[in-house]
Amino acid sequence: MSDDVILETRDLTKHYGGVHALEGANFILRRGEHVAIMGDNGAGKSTFVRQITGVEQPTRGQIIFDGIPRQFSGPIDAREAGIETVFQTLALADDLDVPDNLFLGREKTLFNLGPFSILDYRAMREATLRGLERTAVKIPNIRNKIRNMSGGQRQCVAIARTATFHSKLTIMDEPTAALGVQETAQVENIIRTLKETGEPLILISHNMRQVFDLVDRIVVFRRGRIVANLNKQETDPQDVVAYITGAKTGAEYQDAA
Amino acid sequence: MSETTHGTGGLTFDASRRVWPNELNIFGALVLIVLIFEVLGALLMGQSFLFDTQGRFGSIFNEQRLYIIILQVSIVGIIAIGVTQVIISGGIDLSSGSVVGATAMIAMSFAQVAEVNGHPNPKAVFGPAFMDLPVIVPVVVGLACGLVAGLINGLLIAYTRIPPFIATLGMMVTARGVAKWWSKGQPISFPTDSYAMIGNGLGGWMPVFIFVGLAILFQLILKYTVYGKHTYAIGSNEDAARMSGIKVARHKVLVYVIAGMLAALAALVLSSKNLTAQAGMGVMYELDAIAMAVIGGVSLSGGRGSVVGTVLGALIFGVIISGFTFLRLDAYYQEMVKGAIIVGAVVLDQYRQRFASQR
Ligand SMILES: Nc1ncnc2c1ncn2[C@@H]1O[C@H](COP(=O)(O)OP(=O)(O)OP(=O)(O)O)[C@@H](O)[C@H]1O
Ligand SMILES: [Mg+2]
Repeated sequence: MSDDVILETRDLTKHYGGVHALEGANFILRRGEHVAIMGDNGAGKSTFVRQITGVEQPTRGQIIFDGIPRQFSGPIDAREAGIETVFQTLALADDLDVPDNLFLGREKTLFNLGPFSILDYRAMREATLRGLERTAVKIPNIRNKIRNMSGGQRQCVAIARTATFHSKLTIMDEPTAALGVQETAQVENIIRTLKETGEPLILISHNMRQVFDLVDRIVVFRRGRIVANLNKQETDPQDVVAYITGAKTGAEYQDAA
Repeated sequence: MSETTHGTGGLTFDASRRVWPNELNIFGALVLIVLIFEVLGALLMGQSFLFDTQGRFGSIFNEQRLYIIILQVSIVGIIAIGVTQVIISGGIDLSSGSVVGATAMIAMSFAQVAEVNGHPNPKAVFGPAFMDLPVIVPVVVGLACGLVAGLINGLLIAYTRIPPFIATLGMMVTARGVAKWWSKGQPISFPTDSYAMIGNGLGGWMPVFIFVGLAILFQLILKYTVYGKHTYAIGSNEDAARMSGIKVARHKVLVYVIAGMLAALAALVLSSKNLTAQAGMGVMYELDAIAMAVIGGVSLSGGRGSVVGTVLGALIFGVIISGFTFLRLDAYYQEMVKGAIIVGAVVLDQYRQRFASQR
C-alpha cells in the first residue's frame, strides 16, 4: 500500500449472532482526506466505527492504520494510536463536569501513585478552556455536570473532547444530530479547521447539505455493505440518495449487493 | 455585579453562583432530627437529649450520650465508607456484615493469649504455637480475609457479569457459614493486650479515631485521585467509562477489594473492643452501612454521593437509634423505623434525580 493511506480496512466484518451488521468492508482513507459515510438507519455505519476504534472486536478482516496492521484491544489502544472519536452515544459520564469528561481515561496527574495518582484539576481546567477556545465551542459553565446540560451542549462537549487532542484521524458519528443552527455551524467550522490543518476525518451524517459542503468523498453503506464510493465532484444528492435507498449500486460493488 | 457569560443557545449563565452542595442539606436534616428529639425530650421526658441540663459533665453537652452515639456509628461507619465507594461505582455489597463475622472469628483465633489467670486459655482454637503472637499477625490475617472476600466479589462481578446484588448475596451466606464453621459455633475470647488496644485504645476513642481517619482519607481519595474519578465515571455511565479507556473490570475488582478490607478492619475493631468474637457478629451490618450511605445522599443508581455525606448519614442513623433509646421506645420500633428510613432515603433519592435536571 502507498504511504499516503492513513486507514485501510480489508474484508472488515462484524456479526452479532445472526445479525450481519457489517459485511466485507473494504475502505480506504488518505491522509488529509475528509470522507463522509452515509446510509439509512441500521446500515452498519456505527458498527463500522466501533470496529476501527477498538470498542468491539471484528468477526473477521484487517485494519491497517498509519501503515501498520492493528488489532486494537480497546478504545484506549486506538486512541493512543491516534484515533479520536465522537461516538453516536457521546460516551459522556453524566455525573462529571466538562474537564472531567474531556480527560476521562487520560487524566493529568501531579504525582504518579498508580491508581491513586493525584489529579491535577487546575491543569485539566486550563487545558479545557484552551481547547474550547480553539474549537470555538461555547459551554456556559465547564464546572456544570453533563446531566444538567442540554442535548446540544452535551454534543459540544463530546466534540470538544475530540478536537482538544491532536490526532492522526478524527471520527465523528452524527456529530450535529441534536444541534441547533448556530451550533451546527460551529461544528462545521471545527471540521473545516481540521481540513486546513490536514487532519483526516470520517464523518457520519444524514445531512446531505452538510456532507456536500464539507467532504471530498462519500461512501455509502447499505444493509451492512459498502455499495458506493463517490467523489464529490462526480456526484450529486439525487445520485447519493439512489445509492442509499438501493435504487443504484456502484459498478464495482455489484456482486456484493 | 456578577460576571456573566453567554453559552450555547444564548443562555446567560451567572458564573458567581455557587452550587449548593447536597451535604449541607443532609447536615440540615441532622440538626432537624436532633431538634425533634430535644422537643420530644422536653415534652415527654422532661430532660434534654444532647445537652447537659443536670450539671453532670464538664461541658454543656451530655457527653455520655454523645460518646455512645459516635462510638456506635464508628464501627459500622468504617464498613459504610467501603460501601459508599461500591455504591458510587454502581454496585452494592450485601456481604460486609458476614465478612465482619468471618473475619472476627479468624483474626481473633490468632490473637489469643496462652494463659488466663494462670490456667490455659479455655477458649483456645489453636495449639500453643499460635498463641501470644504479636498483634501484627491477627491484623494481617484479618485484612487478608477481607481481601479474599472482596477479591471473590470483585472477580465475580467484573468478569462473569453476575449482578453485584447476587454475587455479594452469595458471599453473605458463604462468609456467615465460614464464621460458624471456624470454631464450630463456639465464641473465641481472651485476646492479647495489644490486640485489645485496637478497639479500646486512646481511652476508648480508638474506633472513632480510626473511623474519622479513614473517612478523611477516602473523602480525599474519591475527590482527588484517578481512582475516585474512575469510580464516579463507572457508576455514572459504565459504557462511556469503557469507551474512554477506563479498565472497568480491573477497577471494579479494586473497589470490592477495598470494601472487603474495610469490613475486615471493622471486624478487628469490633472483636477487639468486645474482647471476643462470635459467629453472629455483624449480622445486618451490611444493611445499616447501606442505610448510612443512602441517608447520606449516596445514590443507589451510582455516580453520586460522598464519604462526607455518608459520615453525616451515619450520625443521623446513630442519633435516631439513640433517640429512640432516650425516649424509652421498644427495640422493635427501632427496627421498624430503621426500615422506614432506608425506604424513605431511597424515595428521596429518586425524587432528587427527577428534579435535578430541572434546577
Ligand atoms: N450490539 C449489537 N447486538 C446486536 N445487533 C446490533 C448491535 N449493534 C448493532 N446491531 C445491529 O446492527 C445493525 C447496524 O447498526 P448500526 O448501529 O451500525 O447502524 P447505523 O448505520 O449506525 O444506524 P443509525 O443511522 O441509526 O445510527 C442494526 O441492524 C443493529 O440493530
Ligand atoms: Mg449509527
